[in-house]
Amino acid sequence: MLKKIHLKTLILIFLGIGVVSANDFKGSTKNNKEDIKEYILHHLQDSHDFNLLSYTNDKGKKVHFGIPLPVILWDNGLKIFSSEKFHHGETVAQIGKDYYKLHHNKIYKTNSKGEIFYDESSHPTNVTPIDFSLTKGVVSIIFTSIIMFFLFKSLADSYKKNNKIAKGIGRYFEPIVLYVRDEIAIPNIGEKHYKKYMSYLLTLFFFIWFLNILGLTPLGINVTGNIAVTFCLALITFLITNFTAKKVYWKHIFWMPGVPLPMKIALAPIELLGVIIKPFALMIRLYANISAGHIVLMSLISLIFIFRNWLGSSLSFILAFSISIIEILVAVLQAYIFTVLSALYFGFAVEEHDHEDDH
Amino acid sequence: MDKLINEFSFGLFFWQLLIFIGLVLLLKKFAWKPILDAINERESSIKDALSSADIARKEIESLNEENQRIIKSARSEREALLKEARNTGSKIIEDAKQEAKDSANQLIKQAQESIESEKRAAIQELKNQVAGIAIQIAEKVLHNELENKEKQNKLIKQLIKETKL
Amino acid sequence: MEIPAIVGAGLVVIGVGIGIGNIGKGAMEAIGRQPDATGKIQTVMLIAAALVEGIGFAALFAV
Repeated sequence: MLKKIHLKTLILIFLGIGVVSANDFKGSTKNNKEDIKEYILHHLQDSHDFNLLSYTNDKGKKVHFGIPLPVILWDNGLKIFSSEKFHHGETVAQIGKDYYKLHHNKIYKTNSKGEIFYDESSHPTNVTPIDFSLTKGVVSIIFTSIIMFFLFKSLADSYKKNNKIAKGIGRYFEPIVLYVRDEIAIPNIGEKHYKKYMSYLLTLFFFIWFLNILGLTPLGINVTGNIAVTFCLALITFLITNFTAKKVYWKHIFWMPGVPLPMKIALAPIELLGVIIKPFALMIRLYANISAGHIVLMSLISLIFIFRNWLGSSLSFILAFSISIIEILVAVLQAYIFTVLSALYFGFAVEEHDHEDDH
Repeated sequence: MDKLINEFSFGLFFWQLLIFIGLVLLLKKFAWKPILDAINERESSIKDALSSADIARKEIESLNEENQRIIKSARSEREALLKEARNTGSKIIEDAKQEAKDSANQLIKQAQESIESEKRAAIQELKNQVAGIAIQIAEKVLHNELENKEKQNKLIKQLIKETKL
Repeated sequence: MEIPAIVGAGLVVIGVGIGIGNIGKGAMEAIGRQPDATGKIQTVMLIAAALVEGIGFAALFAV
């Protein structure tokens, strides 16, 4: 019964993606492929408004449906205004004496005409103000955080009320919490030190997982496929690893015990590089997996509008459907791998070597 | 690499860092700590319950063993008692038999002795009586035989005849 | 004639693909031999695969 409902929900979700995308591409008969490519790239980036759908109407004018989000800029003082003023990058926004324009989801300071100047490698040369806007990604992060907070708080409270037995929706997550503790934290970090990392590992796992899943809903918000987000997560892992590291950890990096002297000197820079590469790989892995997932999924859905015939479109629908299911697996797998590897690095940091020469 | 740096949005990074650290701290206080504590407590209580059940089982086992031991010793005691009783009984019987036999033997012996003495006395008396009778008879016979001269001669003659020289 | 960087990246991806394939193969064989250790093997497999994957990403993003 439950499985049936799940399947129905899934189908609805994917049909939803199809509808949204279909609306997006309506009317754009010319240069379809270029449009699709631009649309996908646009989708992968963070945006300053919550755009649900947009299309070009009969009069050749673009119509957008969505919620504008607040823009917060630091440019000789704090400037807060609604992203409505950009009109989706079509016009220039005048704030006080300054003019700003949205170009490829980035805000540039321009002249009153909203001109953007390019250098030889076609990068804009305009000044970019520091952008603290509550973008789509930030809103999704806040949304996920609120959901997580209430979900796990209700789980925690249910223990008090029900004599240490979980109840309610949080009950479904109790085995996962236990899994993170018993299969991720304890084997990788060790019985002795794992406790102080548990909060971070649990939050990390559920945060990435929920955001990944959120990215697969029809809203299709690509948050974990955003380099700033994964960089932040990897940075925190990096900082925790190095700040909680024991003396032995640094000794193994700078002066590897049990190897001859020339090797010690040769190993030090490699190990030091490894310290940086490990979190870097974490960052890139999550970013690339989620971005690639979104690109593949959206491309397959777009194929429906490129084929424009019965057979090809249904085939691409089936393909998109199966890829979506794989993406659900990838969503949890990437959260798992990020958490496992973080735990592993923490484990390296607090490892206590009984034998000095077991390397 | 260029693309990555180009794509990096400082605002998103800033908010993510702020919100994520806030989330970790909030969840740590309100969710993870209570959840993990509750789970730990539950696990330890389960462990306690299991171990106490184990102890109880062991206790019962030892009690059983004790009972078994007591029963066994009681049985062996009973056996010993029975054996002793049997022994005593048979000894008593044996003694009684012996005594009876002894007294019987003594009685027989006494009887035999008295019979013997009676017999001897009787024989003695008989002898005496026989001797008396024999003397009387001999007196009478002699009296008869030696009444006349003829008979005395005859006897002398016969005696001489019988006597071979 | 200069070989474009993307060709190098492609070569790296081929190598990474073979590498991850080998890791998966090894893990499957190990699980076949010792089904009891499945959990442990999976963890080690994922970690090894993740490390190899890292090289692939490095190559892709170096382009």
